[in-house]
Amino acid sequence: MEPLRQYIDLYNGSAVAFDVDTPTQLTALRQRAINTLQRGVPTGLADVLSPDYGINVNRHRPHQDAVNSLRCGVHNVSGALYYTAADIMLPSPVVRPLEGVTVTTLREAATEHRQWLSRLASIADVDDTAVALNTLLAQDGILVHVDEGVNVAKPVQLVSLGFATMPLLAASRLLVLVERGAGLQLLCCDHSDGSGVANLALRVTEVFAAENSTVELYDLEETDSTDSRVSRTIVNQAAGSNVLVDTITLSGGFTDNSITVHVNGERAETTLLGMAIESENQRVNNRTLIAHHSPRCMSNEMYKYVLNDSSNGSFVGRILVDEGCPCVEAYQGNRNLSASPSARMHSEPQLEIYTDDVRCSHGSATGQLDEQALFYMRSRGIPEDEARTMLMQAFVADVIDGVRLESLRDRLRLLVERRFHGELADCAACRGGKSPN
Amino acid sequence: MLEIKDLYASIEGKEILRGIDLTVRDGEVHAIMGPNGSGKSTLSAVLTGNPAYTVTAGTVTFNGKDLLALSPEDRAHEGLFLSFQYPVEIPGVSMVNFMRAAVNAKRKYQGEEPLGAAEFLKLMREKREIVALDGKLANRAVNEGFSGGEKKRNEIFQMAMLEPRLSILDETDSGLDIDALRIVAEGVNRLKRDDNATIVITHYQRLLDYIKPDVVHILYKGRIVKTAGPELALELEERGYDWIKE
Repeated sequence: MEPLRQYIDLYNGSAVAFDVDTPTQLTALRQRAINTLQRGVPTGLADVLSPDYGINVNRHRPHQDAVNSLRCGVHNVSGALYYTAADIMLPSPVVRPLEGVTVTTLREAATEHRQWLSRLASIADVDDTAVALNTLLAQDGILVHVDEGVNVAKPVQLVSLGFATMPLLAASRLLVLVERGAGLQLLCCDHSDGSGVANLALRVTEVFAAENSTVELYDLEETDSTDSRVSRTIVNQAAGSNVLVDTITLSGGFTDNSITVHVNGERAETTLLGMAIESENQRVNNRTLIAHHSPRCMSNEMYKYVLNDSSNGSFVGRILVDEGCPCVEAYQGNRNLSASPSARMHSEPQLEIYTDDVRCSHGSATGQLDEQALFYMRSRGIPEDEARTMLMQAFVADVIDGVRLESLRDRLRLLVERRFHGELADCAACRGGKSPN
Repeated sequence: MLEIKDLYASIEGKEILRGIDLTVRDGEVHAIMGPNGSGKSTLSAVLTGNPAYTVTAGTVTFNGKDLLALSPEDRAHEGLFLSFQYPVEIPGVSMVNFMRAAVNAKRKYQGEEPLGAAEFLKLMREKREIVALDGKLANRAVNEGFSGGEKKRNEIFQMAMLEPRLSILDETDSGLDIDALRIVAEGVNRLKRDDNATIVITHYQRLLDYIKPDVVHILYKGRIVKTAGPELALELEERGYDWIKE
C-alpha cells in the first residue's frame, strides 16, 4: 500500500481528535496537505516512511520517571532549558524565564499571543511532502518569541526527547520569531531514550528574523541507529539581519534535513554550517537553499561529513541569486572525509545566478585520511587509533569553531571527541542520568 | 643498541635496500652518506616502520628487541626517533595536543602516569629553548605555515621532548641556512648523552662540521660499501661520490 495512505486514513478517521485545540493556521491547511500526500511519496523518503508508525493522537504524556531519568548531554549551556516530547511540553527542571523572551506552546499562544501566530505555517511549503505530512499530523508545537530590541543574554535550549514503546511518528512544529533589532541564540537538541524502538521525528521549523535582528539556531541531533528524523527548516531574513543555522548530526539512523533561507532584505548576512559524523549504516542527507532575493547580501556555507563503516552521506547545496540582486556574495563549501572504503558520499553543489556583478563560489572535495600525517603521528608514538581520531577531529575543527556560543563550542568538542572514540552510546548523559564529566 | 643484519627492503616491488649491515652502540654518532637514490631515506623509513615499504629479508635488533615486529608507535616508545626530511603539516592538530598525545603515550607504555597540564607546558617551554623555537609556533597547528627552517627546528624540539635512545636525522640540513643549521646542530649536541646514539643521514659534509660523527658509512645502491672514521666525510667532500661507484 502507498505508505502515505495510512496517515491520510488515520487523519480522516480521527479528524476531531487531531483538530481540537490545534491552531487554525495548521488545521486550515490539512486539506491542501492531503492533496500533496495523494501525489505519492518521493523516492528519497520512501524507505523512511514505509514502516508502520503509530501516532500519539491522544497525546499521552511520557511517564514522569522516564522524563526524570533523561538529561541532555549539552547541559550548563543555556539560560532557559525546556524539555519536550515531540510537540508536548514537559515539566522542565530548570526554567529561568528570560526578560523579553516567550517560550510557550502554539496552543497557548493561540489564546494569549494570537498576533504572533499569523506567521505560523506561512513560509513552509505545503507542496513539500515532509511539510505536508507534518501539516496533516501536527497538533501543537513550540513558539519562541523575542521582543523588539531585546538581546537575550543567554541561550534558550529546547531538548526534544524521543520516548517510544512502539514505533512512533512524532510531528512537531517550531516557530521562532525574533523581532526588530533583537538577538536570540537557540539550541535545539534531539535525543532518544535508547530503547531501540524506531522513532521518526518529523519537524518543521519556521524562523522569522526581522530587520537588524541576530539569530543563531543550533540544531543538534544525537539519537540512535533505530531513529529517523526528517526536518524542514525555513528561514525568512529581513534587511540587516544576521542568521546562523548550524546543523549537527552527531549520531542517528536516518536523517534528512532541509534548510531553506529566503534573504528578503539588503545587508543581510547568512551563515549555514553543518557537520555529520556517521558510522555503521547511518545515513545523513542535508539539502540547503539560500535564496538571495535582495541585493548587497552575503552568505557563507560550509558542510563537513566524516563517514565511517558503511555510512552514507549526501549534500545538495543550492545558491540562488535572483534577477536584480547586484553585490551579492555567496560562498559554499562541502568537505568530506571518507574513513572507510565502504562509505559513500554524494555531493551536489548548485549555483543559480541571474544577476551580473555578484561573487559566488562553491567547492566540494571528498578524500581520505592523510596517510603521511598518520604515519608522522605514529612515528612520534601516538597510537594509530588515537592518531586517526585526532585527524578526524581536526577535520571538523573549523565547523566547531564556527559555533559562536562558547559554552556549546567547548561542549561540542568534547562530544565529538567522545563520538570518535566510539563512546557515543553513553554520550547520553541524557540516558544514563550521569553527567559525562 | 641497534644491530641491522643483511636487511633487504622494497617499495612497490622495487628493491631499494640490498643487504645492509650496521651496528650502532651507546654514545656513538654515525653518519650515513651517499649519492641520491642510494637508499638513505629508505633505510630511515624502514627502521621507523613506514607501511609503504616492505622488508623482504634480514633482521633489526633494537635494545634486544626485534624492531621489525613492532608497530611504528611502539618503536617510538622503545626510543627510536626520526627527524623527517620533509616534516608533515597537520592542519587542525595543535602542536600542544600533538606533543601531549605523543609524550603521554610513551609514558603509558612505560607504565607512568600522564603528565598534568602545567607540568607538560613547563616541559614544552624548557625544550623549546634548546632549538630557540618561537612560543607562537608551539601554539599553532603542527608544521602548518612553518618555514623550512622552523620545521627542522620543530623536529629537533620533538626529539628533545621525547628523549629517544636512537635518533635518525634524515637530511636535517637540507633547506637550512647557516644560522639555522648551527642552532639545529647545537640542539642535537646538547641532547647527546652516553646512553643515546644518533644516525645522521646527509648528502653533504657541511652538517658534520657541527655534529661530529664517530663513524662514517657510504651507502650506494642499497648497500654500505665503505665504513671509516670522520676523515671519510672529508674525502667525499673533496672527491665526490664518483670514485666509490667504481
